[in-house]
Amino acid sequence: MTSSTVPTRRGEFWAGFRATLPLVVGAIPFGIIFGALGVTSGLSPMATIGMSLFVFAGSAQFIAAGLVAGQAGLSIIIFTTFIVNLRHALYSATLAPYVRNLPQKWLLPLGFWLTDESFVVVVTRYTQPDDSPYKHWYYLGSAVFMYTNWQLCTLLGVVAGQTIPDLRNWGLDFALIVTFIGMLITLITSRPLLVSAVAAGVSAVLLNGLDNKLGLIVAALLGVAAGVMAESVMPPEVNAPPETAGGVHHE
Amino acid sequence: MNEFVLIAGMMLVTFIPRYGVMALLGRIEMPGPVFRALRFVPPAVLSAIILPAVLLNSEDGRLDLALTNSFLIAGIIAGLVAWRSKNLLLTIVVGMAALWVWRWLLMSAGG
Repeated sequence: MTSSTVPTRRGEFWAGFRATLPLVVGAIPFGIIFGALGVTSGLSPMATIGMSLFVFAGSAQFIAAGLVAGQAGLSIIIFTTFIVNLRHALYSATLAPYVRNLPQKWLLPLGFWLTDESFVVVVTRYTQPDDSPYKHWYYLGSAVFMYTNWQLCTLLGVVAGQTIPDLRNWGLDFALIVTFIGMLITLITSRPLLVSAVAAGVSAVLLNGLDNKLGLIVAALLGVAAGVMAESVMPPEVNAPPETAGGVHHE
Repeated sequence: MNEFVLIAGMMLVTFIPRYGVMALLGRIEMPGPVFRALRFVPPAVLSAIILPAVLLNSEDGRLDLALTNSFLIAGIIAGLVAWRSKNLLLTIVVGMAALWVWRWLLMSAGG
């Protein structure tokens, strides 16, 4: 890990890049299917590519393409995008204490490039106890990799969607879900975190009928609340390694 | 559909929660309990995305626990691989392979 060596800008950038590699692999099929779906749903190739360049939000772009195909109005699509992407406000709040001293020339691009994938990778880096002053370079490495990959995959999908007619039936949209499953499992390291995940997941299933995907953000908030409550009633973890039990925790 | 307005609108409503919260909250001291609560954001959001995607039928939105729900079967396999291996890349590869194999088996069984 980077904590064992003297941190440098370049070292952090490439460490962030490397840590994001599996998530990029998971995003590749999803990006291709978005490109293909965009052009078959009625968006022009330019608009499909433009959406990836300027919006850069996988699941929201996916839903928007579906709404375009379903003849939904502009305001409905924009409102749904807002609700689906509200979870980024939670990510943004989580990262805020770590990026508070960065100038605007950093905050603007890092904010624009905030995704589920980079968030999980970057928050893991920020919570590591070493005091590297270049952790934002790690963020940059992760974000640039995700962004570049998304553009290339969209382009590939736009071309493939016009040449391979049944590409949409290959189940490529499942790649995002399977990536998230892998991320989720590795994140659950304590019982309150498990409670939070179960509560959010079950709530999301129950609230799925809500309009404009509102259920997602409500379920996420319920999950956070459940985790906080679980943490206040559950005794501290008993399965901590003996050498750290009772020691200083960096949480 | 005005595609320019569509993309500009989507860009705005996506950028504001991403950048705005970060920029505003960076100026104030965040209370400890809020900071601790935010640790639950990643698992809660991921789980809220995953469970409906694997448990509900994509067409009618009803609970679908049948063996013909290939997302559910492949999702369970991916979850087991992730749990045992802690390897994200392996999870993705095995999960996608499981999806295609399961769909192929279903197609073969269905004639």
